[in-house]
Amino acid sequence: MNIRKMLLASVAIACAFPAATLADTSDKKIALSNNYAGNSWRQAMLTSWEKVTGEAVKAGVVSAADAFTTAENQATEQAAQIQNMILQGYDAIVLNAASPTALNGAVKEACDAGITVVSFDGIVTEPCAWRIAVDFKEMGRSEIEYLAKRLSDGGNLLEIRGLAGVFVDDAISGGIHEGVAENPQFKIAGSVHGDWAQDVAQRAVAGILPSLPEIAAVVTQGGDGYGAAQAFAAAKRPTPIIIMGNRQDELAWWKEQKDANGYETMSVSIAPGVSTLAFWVAQQILDGKEVKKDLVVPFLRIDQDNLEANLEKTPQGGVANVEYTLEDAQKVIDSAK
Amino acid sequence: MKLNLSTDSVRLLIPALSLTVLLCAVFYLQPRAMSYTGLNLLFNLAVPITLATIAQMLIMTVNDLDLSMGTFVSFVACVAATFLPTDPLIGAAILLAAIAAYAVLGIVIHVRELPSIVVTLGMSFVWGGLAVLILPAPGGQAPVWARLLMTSKPPLVPMAIVASIVIAVVTHFIVMRSSFGVLIRGVGGNTRSVERAGWSIIAARGGAYALAAFFAVLAGIALVGLTTSADANIALRYTLLSIAGVILGGGEFVGGRVSPVGAVIGALTLTLAGSFLSFLRISPDWQIGAQGAILIIVLALRLLLNRLEKREKGR
Repeated sequence: MNIRKMLLASVAIACAFPAATLADTSDKKIALSNNYAGNSWRQAMLTSWEKVTGEAVKAGVVSAADAFTTAENQATEQAAQIQNMILQGYDAIVLNAASPTALNGAVKEACDAGITVVSFDGIVTEPCAWRIAVDFKEMGRSEIEYLAKRLSDGGNLLEIRGLAGVFVDDAISGGIHEGVAENPQFKIAGSVHGDWAQDVAQRAVAGILPSLPEIAAVVTQGGDGYGAAQAFAAAKRPTPIIIMGNRQDELAWWKEQKDANGYETMSVSIAPGVSTLAFWVAQQILDGKEVKKDLVVPFLRIDQDNLEANLEKTPQGGVANVEYTLEDAQKVIDSAK
Repeated sequence: MKLNLSTDSVRLLIPALSLTVLLCAVFYLQPRAMSYTGLNLLFNLAVPITLATIAQMLIMTVNDLDLSMGTFVSFVACVAATFLPTDPLIGAAILLAAIAAYAVLGIVIHVRELPSIVVTLGMSFVWGGLAVLILPAPGGQAPVWARLLMTSKPPLVPMAIVASIVIAVVTHFIVMRSSFGVLIRGVGGNTRSVERAGWSIIAARGGAYALAAFFAVLAGIALVGLTTSADANIALRYTLLSIAGVILGGGEFVGGRVSPVGAVIGALTLTLAGSFLSFLRISPDWQIGAQGAILIIVLALRLLLNRLEKREKGR
């Protein structure tokens, strides 16, 4: 009696959600292999994953979407984790890698076992895996593009870089310098490393400010705009246009300035919700869709008019986020063709 | 007790037992692991850890501790992924020089009576710096032969198990059966009496360090064979893992009391503990703690056994 009821109920559910394109992956299991969870960005990334995949599992799109994080942020540990996932019988592994190369052996092992591997943010170079990369170079270039529109006369720029030796820092900075080469009215008067942290950026900017001429704008990499603003205020120098990086404190400061004196800037960074985009891409691949191995994820840009809306959604001490849907993923997949 | 077990076998009992229990638990949680590929996936990353553990064990035999094991293995991995495939001669020369450097370190530590912890901690920065110099950005290519060796599929028993057994047997003969092994264990146990017996302690220490470096080199090459390419930070965990492996396998920090077979089992147990916790779906926040708990339980068991052993002897 009970079983019959359950069967009937499941038939009813199946009829209520006619998911023709989704049916093929309803018995598939997807795992998230994450190397690090120690900052607000990663925490937001995991929360987004839980939220979006939780709904997807409930709706029967996939049967499981479990998140695993290694304890020590070490490549060898993550390689072991991936090998465990192979044993656990997952159909796809979504991967934020500790190293672009050191996991290749384990990734190859997974591919050979017929598992779809989609890497994002921290991508892997193994050819059998998919890569969802952020065009960091373009992100740097877009900052200069915005400034060129705002400051037709150009001027001196202060560049705040990220953590030295990390490829993201090189890529964003490369884009900024490319942009400056295209717009010769700008000149980079000084450059410091802010390590993507407000306190480090504030100290670094305060240190270099006395030696700098008048600064028209500050180009940043995210996580450093608020510290730069504080350093300018402490030195009693006029506040230049500071490009922000979607952190809550940056957006809050911008809002405050906007209300007080009509301060205008823009903010750009990657949304931690990119993990959910990777999830949908993996689901699409499992569904049999042909997907290019290299995809580019759009970055999240906040402008003067949508500042309030984004600030409201961003938790205290967090990062502005956007969670991707199946349609977003399909758009990204189609645009790569 | 009628059962007449030697002290060494008793020491091996606990690690072997814990490995078996863990293995059963893993098989219960994940029956898929009970197969040729399953065992290989579970244990193939343990091969470099095992080799590093043996290296650490050799250093611990002479009462020293190597805190640069992780960075040294990373350095070797970088050399193996850059020079070995393209210029095997230069690569081999670098690795030989590294082994010689270890021998010199052992001699310096002995002659100047320096604490090994401080010297190797300092060297860890040297190895780390050299690794970054050789491979500034992650990459490189594993030598074909290393890749073939690590992905080989011997009949019946997976490569990881074969490798572990070979390592255990070879090092058992070196450390427990050869005269060199007796000598370095003697240095750890009672330096003065070995010296009075006319042996050169300097040579013994230098030899122990060089042999340790040799096994660490093997660990780096094995690691690159598995990962296909290297990263300057690839093996940082190995420092602590190797020490834990030796202790877990029944070794002691002082006194030259080590067990190569135990060290291999200890390394396998540590690797398996990680998989076990992952299969249990323990949240990563708790995983380090849980790993520590497994270590403490095993060590507590050993302490208990040691006490029993003493009581038996006291009779």
